[in-house]
Amino acid sequence: MVQKLERLRETASQTGGPYVHIGCLPSFTGITSIFPEDLGRSPIAEGARGEIVTITGSVYDGTGWALRDAMLESWQPDASGIFPGHEGADPAVSGFCRFAADKDSGEFTLRTVKPGAVRARDGTLQAPHVALWITARGINVGLQTRIYFSDEDNSADPLLARIEQGPRKQTLIAEATGDGSYRFDIVLQGPGETVFLDM
Amino acid sequence: MTDPLIPRDRSAHPDAYDPGYKTSVVRAPTMPLLSLDSGPTEETGPVFGHDLLGPLDHDLTQNFTQGAGLAMGERILVHGRVLDENARPVPHALVEVWQANAGGRYRHVKDGYTAPLDPNFGGAGRCMTDAQGYYEFFTVKPGAYPWPNRGNDWRPAHIHFSLFGHAFAQRLITQMYFEGDPLIPLCPIAATVKDRSQLDRLVAPLDMAMSKPMDFLAYKFDIVLRGTRQTMFENKPEGA
Repeated sequence: MVQKLERLRETASQTGGPYVHIGCLPSFTGITSIFPEDLGRSPIAEGARGEIVTITGSVYDGTGWALRDAMLESWQPDASGIFPGHEGADPAVSGFCRFAADKDSGEFTLRTVKPGAVRARDGTLQAPHVALWITARGINVGLQTRIYFSDEDNSADPLLARIEQGPRKQTLIAEATGDGSYRFDIVLQGPGETVFLDM
Repeated sequence: MTDPLIPRDRSAHPDAYDPGYKTSVVRAPTMPLLSLDSGPTEETGPVFGHDLLGPLDHDLTQNFTQGAGLAMGERILVHGRVLDENARPVPHALVEVWQANAGGRYRHVKDGYTAPLDPNFGGAGRCMTDAQGYYEFFTVKPGAYPWPNRGNDWRPAHIHFSLFGHAFAQRLITQMYFEGDPLIPLCPIAATVKDRSQLDRLVAPLDMAMSKPMDFLAYKFDIVLRGTRQTMFENKPEGA
């Protein structure tokens, strides 16, 4: 016998199911009488400092079909790389956004400020990125990934450097399409599969 | 400086690919996940204040009508604690829930089940844990319902839970089942959890001590989120 470790196991994840919007984005399903507004409607308020960017994309399954029922959440620091709630953070940046794939086209849009670079624990500078979490019917454990930006210097980013296959790095980099717009598609399975994270 | 998260024990969770749950087949990544130590991006997260909550947010029997009418069904209190892997309470954690009505019907355009909508039931609620990690909400027991998967699959009665800890990488969505439901062992979604003890932990026991005579029954559902590693020996840069 040995001493007992006073640890608990994490509760098992289960799919959010087809009706995840009822709980997370109720107005998307026409339920508007319960809460004044959906949680995380925008990661920024009027007056947020920095460059406003619009990231558009779709979440594709293994057959190439864009999911109509995906729900996404993003989390990021402000334009100076300071996370909300920390000293010196831009009060107009909440950093959190919850958004859905369009029920007809499957396309999502995230409008935010471009985040600043953040130092990793060992002091290395990470390229600007937005954390992304994806859930939907058929996704048993929410998927973590990141959005980087094609017009930033990503060459020294420690996470991208860990991806062995060069072309796979591109799956995490949103492509600038001009005027502060970016395209970021997520492929759940198969050729071009997005790199998902376990962090 | 935030603390590093304990790496996720993937054996506690379902696999992405589970052929018994057909929709997972084309939505499951096939490449391995990229495992890295967490950093500030994962260890920080949105902070929600209690001012977010309206007085009926945690009462699904009334919140859809804002008190004008009561939902149909078996009235239940669902309560429990949110802890982390170090068995410490997670205070001020946002808990969101959604569910079918007592007949097993969701208020959703995609749900065409025969059971009728309840004009007094929306099916969404939220609350926040207190300083000791306790939460509670009031609702009606959801009904079982059939769903298109194999020839004749039915979901056991369940409530969906979405949880925020203090770190974005603690995000968790799960489902709570009810003690004694004979549909649990038949359900392909419950069966995605391969570890029996982990599945048992998704089943809330009837809690008569918290039920109120002549008013409602109670079920207890504790939830564990990822914890952090807190030691003096973390490799921190000079002056951080």
